[in-house]
Amino acid sequence: MEIPKKPVPIVNDWARPFWDAAKEQRLVIQKCKDCEKHIFYPRIACPHCSSDNVEWVDASGKGTVYSYTVVESNSPSAFLKDIPYVVAVVRLEEGVQMLSNVVGCEPGEVRCDMPVEVTFEKLDDEFTLPKFKPATR
Amino acid sequence: MPKVAVIGVGQSAFVRAYPGSIRELAFEAYREAMHDAGIKAEQIDASVVCSAPEYDKQRTPAGLMAEYLGLNPQPTFYVESVCSSSSSGLRTAYALIASGLHDVVMVLGFQKMSEISSAESQERMGRGADIQWEAPFGTMMPAYYALHARGHFEKYGTTEEDLALIRLKSSTYGLINEKAVFRKELSLEKILEPKFIATPLKVFDCCANADGSSCLILASEEKAKDLCRKPVWIKGLGMATAPINMAGRDSFSGLKCAQLAAKRAYDMAGITPQDVDVAEVHDCFTIAEMMAYEDLGFAEPGQGPQLIRSKETYKEGKIPVNVDGGLLSKGHPIGATGGSQIRTIVLQLRGDAGPMQVPEAKIGLVHNIGGVGIYGNVSVFGTE
Ligand SMILES: [Zn+2]
Repeated sequence: MEIPKKPVPIVNDWARPFWDAAKEQRLVIQKCKDCEKHIFYPRIACPHCSSDNVEWVDASGKGTVYSYTVVESNSPSAFLKDIPYVVAVVRLEEGVQMLSNVVGCEPGEVRCDMPVEVTFEKLDDEFTLPKFKPATR
Repeated sequence: MPKVAVIGVGQSAFVRAYPGSIRELAFEAYREAMHDAGIKAEQIDASVVCSAPEYDKQRTPAGLMAEYLGLNPQPTFYVESVCSSSSSGLRTAYALIASGLHDVVMVLGFQKMSEISSAESQERMGRGADIQWEAPFGTMMPAYYALHARGHFEKYGTTEEDLALIRLKSSTYGLINEKAVFRKELSLEKILEPKFIATPLKVFDCCANADGSSCLILASEEKAKDLCRKPVWIKGLGMATAPINMAGRDSFSGLKCAQLAAKRAYDMAGITPQDVDVAEVHDCFTIAEMMAYEDLGFAEPGQGPQLIRSKETYKEGKIPVNVDGGLLSKGHPIGATGGSQIRTIVLQLRGDAGPMQVPEAKIGLVHNIGGVGIYGNVSVFGTE
């Protein structure tokens, strides 16, 4: 059976700044200029106050693992060669959460509340995915 | 609010691969429900057809089912909320009757999971979550529930053994349910074999795919008293929604949609969790049943493990849960699951549950979750 390709991010005008920045190894998130709250995932308007006065800001890239799992079998077939891999919900310093992968350590070393920092993994010529690795300090 | 009753229930056997198409599969539950209610097709004023369309080859299946089951020319509606589709169908049918628009409404749930290959099914199942911001990271259903299991373990000290006890209970009752797909005896050692899908969830923490159908016949108070000897009344319906993506969740130790749906259902029924005599909960994974104990108020937050350790959710316990084997043993044909849970509770309240019967059950509850806590449906039924 032909192995399907990994799903690629769906890009439109509202999502593009995020993926353009990731390609340059920068993690950006949105911030509402009216209610000052950070926003993830990227949206057409602020989900807290509905303002469309929303800007892109650099995130520190630092956060902690909120919850995680190590996928050991039955993954989507495009990911079978990556097994075992870590799927985690990371809480960024800015207060928003992202679902991503924890890389750069043994999957068995990942723990809740573990400090992590962003790292970037190239998916293909078009996309780079922001992932997280154990914080260096 | 006008009273609405369930006057007939039916379910196909849940099997690995049903030999017929979705038409014959649906007919199996339909025939049983119609026989149970003792009515004919022309007495049904409208139908609500429920499935998860990503598994269906047939487009717009409500039209097909209305034709095949002989329900033309009456109105039909197609309702979807993934794994809780037929509970959403119940809510829709209730509204159609309570509004006075129709008197007798059928809720048909079905899914032929084997209609597509299991690899393709796995890919499509992932599409029930956020495909734009999560799928690129290799997510899948067990991983999403595993994030919640880790959250529960971390917050309350729950263990893999606690989850294994839930599977052990399930297999006990799967053995005595002749419509269940998984009817093997399981030992704790077997359940605890370290065959991980997504840590801490192992093979036996996950329910089996199955093909199946379920059918409910609902009627207005007047029609129910006219047509049915033992109507079971819908006492409370609660539904709530929560963010589809993990970025929007502030807790991984319970499901917000279930907590709110439960509160709404209890308020409408005018009861408390302690009044429930028997419950069916959405145990697509063992951790889902554990969270349900707490989300429904059968245990305080963090006390779910105590409930299963002391066997209080067995048939002889203070709150029997999933004594038909639940999704873990019965199987989980997405669109049919809620209707099957409701059927079990209706049989319990009528005293017709056979070897699974909980003595003197007067109030029953169904907890049916769509996706990873996107849609929460909690329904309360009573004999009066
Ligand atoms: Zn705002």
